Amino acid sequence: MSAAAEMVAIRDLVFHYREGEFRLRIPQLSVATGETVAVIGPSGTGKTTLLNLIAGIVSPLAGQISVNARQIAGLSEAARRNFRVRNLGLVFQEFELLSYLNVLDNILLPYRINSALTLTPEVKQRAVQLATEVGIADKLRRNVERLSQGERQRVAVCRALLTEPLLILADEPTGNLDPRNKGRVLDILFDYITAHGTTLVTVTHDHDLLDRFQRVIEFSEFHSGNQESAHVDGKADAAGGGGDAP
Amino acid sequence: MKHVLYLAWRYLAHHRVKTTILVIAIMLIVFLPVGLRVLVKQSERELTTRAMATPLIVGAKGSPLELVLNSLYFESESPPYLNHGEVTRVTDSGLATAIPLHTRFRVRQHPIVGTSLDYFAFRGLAVAAGRQLAVLGDCVVGAEVAADLDIGPGDFVVSSPESVFDLAGVYPLKMPVVGVLAHSHTPDDRAVFVDLKTAWVIAGLGHGHLDMSTPEAAPGVLRREGSKVIANASVMQYNEITAENIDDFHFHGDTSNFPVTAIIVVPHDEKASALLQGRYLGEAEQVQIARPAEVMDDLLQTILTVQTYVVTAVIVVGLATLATATLVFLLSLRLRRREIVTMVKIGGAMGRVTAVLAAEILGVLVIGVLLAGILTALTAAYGSTIIRALILS
Repeated sequence: MSAAAEMVAIRDLVFHYREGEFRLRIPQLSVATGETVAVIGPSGTGKTTLLNLIAGIVSPLAGQISVNARQIAGLSEAARRNFRVRNLGLVFQEFELLSYLNVLDNILLPYRINSALTLTPEVKQRAVQLATEVGIADKLRRNVERLSQGERQRVAVCRALLTEPLLILADEPTGNLDPRNKGRVLDILFDYITAHGTTLVTVTHDHDLLDRFQRVIEFSEFHSGNQESAHVDGKADAAGGGGDAP
Repeated sequence: MKHVLYLAWRYLAHHRVKTTILVIAIMLIVFLPVGLRVLVKQSERELTTRAMATPLIVGAKGSPLELVLNSLYFESESPPYLNHGEVTRVTDSGLATAIPLHTRFRVRQHPIVGTSLDYFAFRGLAVAAGRQLAVLGDCVVGAEVAADLDIGPGDFVVSSPESVFDLAGVYPLKMPVVGVLAHSHTPDDRAVFVDLKTAWVIAGLGHGHLDMSTPEAAPGVLRREGSKVIANASVMQYNEITAENIDDFHFHGDTSNFPVTAIIVVPHDEKASALLQGRYLGEAEQVQIARPAEVMDDLLQTILTVQTYVVTAVIVVGLATLATATLVFLLSLRLRRREIVTMVKIGGAMGRVTAVLAAEILGVLVIGVLLAGILTALTAAYGSTIIRALILS
């Protein structure tokens, strides 16, 4: 896979927290541009840590992480934040909406918390458009505390998509949703990705959803650094994502 | 910056109960010492200005503070009476001008001040509309009385009965308003001025009725004892002094024994002042002479002492409140840790996130201080009213 075709490229990554036994070692992992990847594995294996490393929220002790050919680990904290808000869309299991803001203000939040983005009437229009597409346009002025779980996650997805990110990192985005809302949220994400060629890396415990992803990474083998590479299921070859086979 | 302020405002507006409590706490912390200081300064000015302009006051023995407060501001309880003969005593000394005051009665909430024309000259009070007191029964009103009661020359005011249950007591007297005084920004603006003799009529010491020697009055006569006529209760007393009945008004008894509440004494010079004060020092003396400036100074010292205690208490309470407010902010930050982490995760600039939190705190402080400023301004604007209610009443 060429560097330009790689959205995420990880080489010889080593990470552990200051306290605790947790160790993460990833010799090589890459995600192609436009690829949809599900990361699965038992709790505590570092799936969420992987997303945080890719997003530049935490930095590795050794190794390289590049996103869209940009070395993340070498950037300053401020530069990583700017890069993140411009290029990445993050979706969380617990939605992580601000309870004191209404739906529209939550969607527009990235534009209010970093001057790297400029809030324009076009952006607001795009926010309304996204809300319309996910079926919450009639609730734009409603406080998010008065929304259902499914509606809250749709707001969180709109927030992640508003900046038109190159890469979406979703941490169990359907973990708190009923089956009907699970399908709906994934439809929204996949429709967007298909339309915009965006890359998606999703951490999930829900094996029923794996069929929708082009590639599935079994992450447990990275834990404690006792394996040299990731396990990738048979779909990896079909999707063209390579280099991670055992 | 506008995004920072917007997010801070949304947070404060969403948590309006918490915000309101914090704002009120900050407002009180700032307002209490500042407002108190403003009030004390204003008290000092209000109390000393008029006291300094009043050299001496003679009154019945008793509380000099009560005597001075009543004579200068007409607000506190009427002090014990002294005889009008004391006015003559001062005048006859040749050392000072004596201005009698009689402040027992009211027109609604406004005091009726029975005095002489010398009072107007002494206080520098000018008639803005109408004319000065001329005949028995006339009254001139202060500017605030005119505005409050919506009256002017040609209108009437009626003295208020002291008690509706006191049938044998003071009857209301209807008085024509003949003049309105110009604003003096002193307690004189809130007073109704009458001649001392009119005050005595209100007190029932003088009255007017039909001439009992005329045939029309015969049904009311019980018996005649020489020049003395005993009448029954059917003889009607006039409750208004008019041009037609003014000659029927008369006083019974020796006017030197009639009451005044105080005498403003204006000595001709310092020596005369010292001599006069010496004359009222005797043990058997039934009257006292007070220097209003000294009496007010004593009162101010008391107020300042109280202020010191109150400010000390307010500072202690303020520090406790500030500590509590700080604790609330810190606990709030702890509760909002996830929110802050979320903003950081999606790429919020550290400066922006910190600025939002700082703006929330600053917002509470600014609103609290602004409200304290408004309260202080109101205290300054209505200081006179507050001082009257708290100190002079």
